[in-house]
Amino acid sequence: MALARPGPPPATAAASPASTAREAAIPPAAWITGLVLLLMPAIASDFFLVQVFGWALILGTIALSLQFLAGYGGMVSLVQMTVAGFAGYMVAILGSSGLTQISLGWPFWLAVPVAILLAVLFGTLSGALAVRTAGIYTIMITLAIAAAFFYFTRQNETLFGGFLGFNGVRAPVFWGIDWRAPVPFYYLCLGWAAIAWGLVVWVVRAPFGLALQGIRDNARRMAALGFDVTAHRIAAYAFAAFLAAPAGILLTWLNGQIAPGTVGIGPVIDILVIAVVGGLGRPIGPFVGALLYVLLRIFALDALVALGLSGQRFQLLIGLGFLVTVLFSPDGILGLVERARRRGGGASERGGGG
Amino acid sequence: MARARTIGEGPGGGAGARGFAGWIERRPLAALLLTLAVVLLLWLVLADWPEELERWLGRKRVFVSALLNGITLGGLYFLVATGFTLIFGLMRNVNLAHGSLYLFGGYLGYATVQATGLWLPAFLVAFVLVALAGLLLQVLVFRHMEGEELRQTLVTIGLSIVFADLMLWVWGGDFYQIPTPDWLAGPVDTPIVLDVRPNGEVVYLRYPRVRLVIFAASVLIGVLLWLAINRTRVGMLIRAGVDDREMLAASGVPIQLLFALVFAFGAGLAGMAGVVGGTFQSISPGEDTRFLLASLVVVIVGGLGSIPGAALGALLIGLAEQFGSVYLPTYAIVFSFLIMVLVLAFRPQGLLSVR
Repeated sequence: MALARPGPPPATAAASPASTAREAAIPPAAWITGLVLLLMPAIASDFFLVQVFGWALILGTIALSLQFLAGYGGMVSLVQMTVAGFAGYMVAILGSSGLTQISLGWPFWLAVPVAILLAVLFGTLSGALAVRTAGIYTIMITLAIAAAFFYFTRQNETLFGGFLGFNGVRAPVFWGIDWRAPVPFYYLCLGWAAIAWGLVVWVVRAPFGLALQGIRDNARRMAALGFDVTAHRIAAYAFAAFLAAPAGILLTWLNGQIAPGTVGIGPVIDILVIAVVGGLGRPIGPFVGALLYVLLRIFALDALVALGLSGQRFQLLIGLGFLVTVLFSPDGILGLVERARRRGGGASERGGGG
Repeated sequence: MARARTIGEGPGGGAGARGFAGWIERRPLAALLLTLAVVLLLWLVLADWPEELERWLGRKRVFVSALLNGITLGGLYFLVATGFTLIFGLMRNVNLAHGSLYLFGGYLGYATVQATGLWLPAFLVAFVLVALAGLLLQVLVFRHMEGEELRQTLVTIGLSIVFADLMLWVWGGDFYQIPTPDWLAGPVDTPIVLDVRPNGEVVYLRYPRVRLVIFAASVLIGVLLWLAINRTRVGMLIRAGVDDREMLAASGVPIQLLFALVFAFGAGLAGMAGVVGGTFQSISPGEDTRFLLASLVVVIVGGLGSIPGAALGALLIGLAEQFGSVYLPTYAIVFSFLIMVLVLAFRPQGLLSVR
């Protein structure tokens, strides 16, 4: 909720027009949001902490990897949820789970990095395939990869556990902390979400990110300038996979299980919905979208039942929300907020001048 | 942006036969391999299998059934994918709600058969109503976002979510199978010899009549479509639109009408394919994504925007799926996926596409 609020109007900035660029770069809303998120365990119940904020942060991070590819690379990749799910599967296979005949039982400090590495490899290979053709083809190819992975995990019993998948995949205990307890797990999710967000903010200002944005705007010109367009695009997929993979492991730990349903077409599309509804323009957008999605997912059931509809009509709600967003505010909620603020700001300025 | 200018045209750009001859001249090795493969396949189908071969590939009955199932499934995939590729070729609209149109057609067909007991009218009802749905989509939604490819695609994703849930609401999660009419029910004797018994009795392969008829119908539709696109005035306009939309519009052609017609026709084909799929297999929630995925893979393999490409891709994917599920059940899906990966790696524009 703290994320969704646009934040108070920047009264301080209006009062002193000579505020420095550095102060302007970090608006007070960001400070407040960060503080609220850090202190959340003091105010929120365990349910809210894990099932609402933990889940939203995880989904937000996966959607952030999509936002990075789509917003800065111009490549709408539907494979991000699959990469995350792949990491989850790898942790279940390499680490320990209820399916002892498949799981190798490696310690977590080995299983987790290897799982992330393999998932990054998977994401990079998917990217290498997807960038063979440009533009609108990306969405088709990544959707095909995601669907193939889903059907494969559902069919394959020997390695991926078939329809039921793996259960009993739990966060480890180390440094004397039980990381599956609500508060530590919340900080784990918050920690990775913050790191991922920071990484994206940093990378898009680094030479690589700038080149990527150049490629998004005009690939031909960048190629003429001597940039290797394909390599930059594949590297972007690798980076995005690196963001999504740990989030996938966290998601597996949160659910305690990983099954084909986690990487199905529905969840894959949901990540796109989250990113687009939140706003593809800025890295904070996916988190806004994720929080909204999670709140809807948890509370819309009651609302739908209260309206006399079956709780199963949730997908209808999500689909309609997505359609309305795409049709009327293509830059998502963030764009809506920004436009509202600009209108409000413009009015107050005019008022001040007069 | 590279374009696939290939609707209805074989490789080489000329009429089918000339293009094929040109291809043989340009690629003698590939042509030789293709010929060998066809000969081998014919031998496998027609010959009396030696014991050695049966040890490798199992019973001949299994192999030939898989082959025929693959080809007929390819016919179904072709019907679904043609509409998809046609709509993309002209309007640059990747219609990810195409699977929903297929499923909608299947449900409509089922409802018609339930209501009237007649099978053939189900095709007409499904075609007309789904085409109408497609027309409404084009006129009410996509016309207003022309040129915004990504936004159109996102809208189709939203629509597919909404449609899937609406259909789940109306028809529930049950499996429906459209009953085969009496005059098509039962097997038919094919001239393919499976085995010669020691007493001299010849065993022929028996195959479901309805599958053969439907396959013949999809071939017929494919040929008619090819003729319509290459030999009629509307087809000429469509080809011109695929090559250069702006120029066509500038020369006074009512391009919006053309768009609406093609979208409606493509959607109608998907709806008809739904009736076929409902008779072949069954219809249930989730089939929309399955057939959307199949269409995606088919057109990626065949070449986006190309109708011969869709035919070739559909055949390959249908065969891969059937042989996969017979010989390697746990990895069946990997087969068709592998074909897609190979095509993307070596010929990213698709097999029958000229850029």
